[in-house]
Amino acid sequence: MIRPDAPVLLEIRDLCARVEDQPILKGVNLTIRAGEIHAVMGRNGSGKSTLSKVLAGHPAYTVTAGSVHYRGANLLDLEPEQRARIGLFLGFQYPVEIPGVSNLEFLRVATNARRAEQGSEELDTFAFEDLVRERLGVVQMDPAFLERGVNEGFSGGEKKRNEILQMALLEPLVAILDETDSGLDIDALRIVAAGVNQLATEENATLLVTHYQRLLDLITPDYVHVMAAGRILRTGGKELALELERDGYDWVDQELARLDAAPAEVR
Amino acid sequence: MPLLTPEPLVSAESQPSWLVSLAGSPMPSRREEAWRFTDLALLRALEGGLLPSLDPLENQQLPPGVSRLDAAEIQALAGTTLAATGCADAWPVRLNQGANPPVLGLRVRGAVEPLQLAWEMGSTPGLRAARVLLVLEPGARVDLLQVVRSEGANATSLLTEVILAEGSHLNLGLLALGDSAASLLAHLAVDQAASSTLQGTTATAGWGLLRLEPRVLQRDGAATTQLRGLQVVDGRQMADTHSSVVFGGPDGSLDQLHKVVAHGAGRSVFNGAVTVPRVAQGTQASQLSRNLLLSDRARVDTKPELEIVADDVKCAHGATVSRLQQNELFYLQSRGIGADQAARLLLRGYCEEVLRDLPAQARAWHPLEHILAAGAAG
Repeated sequence: MIRPDAPVLLEIRDLCARVEDQPILKGVNLTIRAGEIHAVMGRNGSGKSTLSKVLAGHPAYTVTAGSVHYRGANLLDLEPEQRARIGLFLGFQYPVEIPGVSNLEFLRVATNARRAEQGSEELDTFAFEDLVRERLGVVQMDPAFLERGVNEGFSGGEKKRNEILQMALLEPLVAILDETDSGLDIDALRIVAAGVNQLATEENATLLVTHYQRLLDLITPDYVHVMAAGRILRTGGKELALELERDGYDWVDQELARLDAAPAEVR
Repeated sequence: MPLLTPEPLVSAESQPSWLVSLAGSPMPSRREEAWRFTDLALLRALEGGLLPSLDPLENQQLPPGVSRLDAAEIQALAGTTLAATGCADAWPVRLNQGANPPVLGLRVRGAVEPLQLAWEMGSTPGLRAARVLLVLEPGARVDLLQVVRSEGANATSLLTEVILAEGSHLNLGLLALGDSAASLLAHLAVDQAASSTLQGTTATAGWGLLRLEPRVLQRDGAATTQLRGLQVVDGRQMADTHSSVVFGGPDGSLDQLHKVVAHGAGRSVFNGAVTVPRVAQGTQASQLSRNLLLSDRARVDTKPELEIVADDVKCAHGATVSRLQQNELFYLQSRGIGADQAARLLLRGYCEEVLRDLPAQARAWHPLEHILAAGAAG
């Protein structure tokens, strides 16, 4: 929902980042207000996954220029765990399997870290079990998955449900979902999308990083951004995603060639 | 690659003569391939003499289905698995036999209550030897946990022989918690008949010198073997596992996971031999050696040794040596869990993956707490 007077949650300005010596992000600009759902689309290698990891503070990426402010605070100054505690969430494209660490305990420790930041009291194991069983409904997840190791032996769909369960517990203000639709069959996709829709409110915002229109059939974005060569090339409404579905990304090459020929026009 | 350090010439005199005479031969030299990385300094410095043997089942009533082997049965069966698994001449085995502890022989019929053998070695200097012979009859089923604890400058020799008849199922655990001045030499020899199952799980921490040799023969193949190991070293501790699994017939399976946590200047050695001769078609074997190095001074030597002659088999092996996984740490951090707490959670999880396979009665010994404490000390 677009409300021009809604508070700005995330403000990205001229963000550049590299991994090892390879520049990936080359000047990303994006403003996200409360209540909005944004979709970032683009081909493989366009930098959209890197953008989500840089926002979450992945140590493999180095920010070389630009700024990111989260509710007015400099996000780039914060450790990954601090970013999470104040309400930034990254749904992983490939959620990590951690054998031996119980999923239930992991979820409880994470939830309590967020609650402590919000000034809420810590939940003991009993109170947390009540909460988690209620939130399992958001993604129709079997409670048996709580007893397993974190993502251990989960199918692709189960891992993504576990990501959305974490989102339901942590109640972030900005949720970045990196290729949440990848590896999902249509039923799992519907469940995950319904979970995301259920969690979206006027107070929070969602940034969907995706390759395909099919997720956007189920979660209607307010804005669609097309990324290419490390920057946002075009921004539009939900119809832009349909246009991409119909016409593909060929126009991107022409646009990039035009920009390269006249670098002064980039901005 | 490990550096070969020139071996000082060790004369027999620099070894405790009573140990040498018990074993009937000098201690192994590092020039022998199987002892190349194993520093036996603690044994060389061992004082005292042969300590009285223990009987952990003394005055205990055995559960229904479990009985003591009589002298004639022990006479007939003891040593047969050592010969079958090819370790009768290994120095630690000879030492045990020289020390000649009474054989604690048990026969299991049917599915029985869990058993526990707690070897409390105490702090008196010297060598204490223990020997177990376990026979599972066809279809028998039991969980057996052995616990070895030592608190001083002593050495323990533990020899465990197991005969698994067809269709039997043994969940065998060894929880060994030692001391930086203590040594443990433990041999396990298992002779598995077809369709038997061995789940063997070993967790060790704190020993100045540890040498484990689990040796399994699937006599006719078609049996199931799962081996799990966790060894934690710190300070200048040394832990060495040499395992061997031999498939004597077709369609057997092995699932082996060996894990190490190395703190301080701890050293770990793993050598995992798997032998699949031509008769062992259809064998499925996997072996994974995972090593967590938590210090720049710690050292790990790991070597799979797969000898596969049969052509219709599925065998996989792998070894990793790493610090805590960056992607796992980041995943936890991205959920608001601080770096230190994330590292502790990961270390616990790393150990739990093995500890959870110990027989259930191990929980009473709080293995995770002991194992984490063993690392925290250094």
